[in-house]
Amino acid sequence: MSGAGGRARTSRLWLAFLLAPGLVVMTMFVVWPLLSAFRYAFYGFHGLVPAGFVGLANFRDVLFAAPFSAMTLRAFEHNLIVFAALMAGQNGLAYLIAFALLKTLPGHRLHQVIIFLPVVLSAVIVGFLWQLFLNPLFGLVNQALLLAGIQGPPWLGDSTTALGSLIFTNAWHWIGFPALIFLAGMQRISRETLEAARLDGANDRALLRRIIWPLVAPSTTIVVVLTFIGSFNWFELPYIMTGLNGDPGGATDVLGLYFYRTAFGGVSSGLQDFGHGSALAVLMFLFIASVSAIVLRVLRRREIEA
Amino acid sequence: MAERGERAKNALIQLLLAANAVVMLYPLLVMLLSAFKSNGEIFANPFALPAAPNLDNLRHIWGETNFVGYLANSLMVTTASVGGIVVFATMAAYALARYPFRFSAAVFLFFLSGLMVPLKLAIIPLFIEFDVLHLVDTRLGLVLIYIAMGLPSAVFIMTGFLRTLPGELEESGRIEGASEARIMLSIMLPLARPAMIIAAIQNAVPIWNDFFFPLVFITSDARKTLPQGLTVFMGEYNTDWGVLFAGLTLSALPITLVYIALSRQFIAGMTQGAVK
Repeated sequence: MSGAGGRARTSRLWLAFLLAPGLVVMTMFVVWPLLSAFRYAFYGFHGLVPAGFVGLANFRDVLFAAPFSAMTLRAFEHNLIVFAALMAGQNGLAYLIAFALLKTLPGHRLHQVIIFLPVVLSAVIVGFLWQLFLNPLFGLVNQALLLAGIQGPPWLGDSTTALGSLIFTNAWHWIGFPALIFLAGMQRISRETLEAARLDGANDRALLRRIIWPLVAPSTTIVVVLTFIGSFNWFELPYIMTGLNGDPGGATDVLGLYFYRTAFGGVSSGLQDFGHGSALAVLMFLFIASVSAIVLRVLRRREIEA
Repeated sequence: MAERGERAKNALIQLLLAANAVVMLYPLLVMLLSAFKSNGEIFANPFALPAAPNLDNLRHIWGETNFVGYLANSLMVTTASVGGIVVFATMAAYALARYPFRFSAAVFLFFLSGLMVPLKLAIIPLFIEFDVLHLVDTRLGLVLIYIAMGLPSAVFIMTGFLRTLPGELEESGRIEGASEARIMLSIMLPLARPAMIIAAIQNAVPIWNDFFFPLVFITSDARKTLPQGLTVFMGEYNTDWGVLFAGLTLSALPITLVYIALSRQFIAGMTQGAVK
């Protein structure tokens, strides 16, 4: 018996044993469904069963035909607003909080634990909680405004304030995440670099803009890409707070809700439409993947220059 | 002079941080306190401490809703999924990190391909597949999806870590005639525990909190998870705010307690997962 041959055989079996469970689960529940999503987008459906190849008709419908196209465009615009607002508001504030924490004032560790606490809670809990707080009559927010003599609006029921209220809630929920990613990035900058800048007379503002900003570029890359993916996958918070239709009157409708309604049926009609749903999913997937890839490439180049 | 300016500025920053801490904590505090108030009290004195703290609301949620069932389902699904992720990812990562074989790079890339993919967008094919496999409305179905979603990042973390272990360790085991399985289990994996903990925490939180997949797949009340169950009693008691706040408090409690006990590991696990 040749020892080497026996050894090779056991090790091939052993390798297969180690790799098989992971490969099987990945293939069945990630790779196959994703590939199928692309295929289904070209089919019409009878219930759960593909019922004939329709070419690009599903894509044409969701992009250019009534009633889909108007909803697609409106939802897409709302996702863009959400992304822009979270970048400026949530992540901008997170950057400043990280800088404040970098000063290691008393209590900075406790503060990290506090701002990260909402991050570990489910969007369902956070959504319901703020829905109660934003109630026009009995909610905490309007009760507090009333103490100051102001009659607050019905935040979630008014189409001018609803999306903003959702964005605020999202920022409250998630701000700890970008803040601590920025902080980790800032902590990697060497003490000497910061000291040298200070000795050259740089004040905080100059430090933040000229020294720290370019040096935390890797953190910024992660925050931008994750905020982008998160904004265009937004579903739980609007679903809980303003419902599957994105009320009032579609003012908070986003692609996630619209896709779900199209695929599985809305509140009023339980009709499934897997063909148009798949086309929407493919368009969203292509948009998210290509923009993320471009953003990643551009921002990575910026990291190297810095 | 400059010294005094610096101190004044730090005091201002400290003040702003304190204000921020209030904004982050006060809503959670109100949630907790309101759980001990009657409905009338919440509406009349939203900011006050409970005048006569009572446990009626909490007792109501615990005894007269299916809360305990939802909690048990969440525990079961999360434990099984995280266990599956850590075991399967460690096995695959061990093969990729410790044995040179022909398609090693391709297999690694195959796992990584799922890294940035939002699996929500594949929900239609998953639904059809689940229908064929009779996995709709089962907890096993959720577990399989969560394992699949968690594997890419877990394989990535574990492979990176296992590659750093020195080769002399396995060689000495081989010389002593230990089997490959024994070398892996008794010599190598005990050293990989820190990476396994990171992979576990990073996946446990989003799985525990997930709402989307149960919403699509679970229809019987007896199999619903906690976030999904929350929507059931939020709808049922929508006029009794004391009960609502009690439900929210009880739902937030388990993960909050674990977080407070392990905050350092949570923060490291969840942010490192993103930073890589």
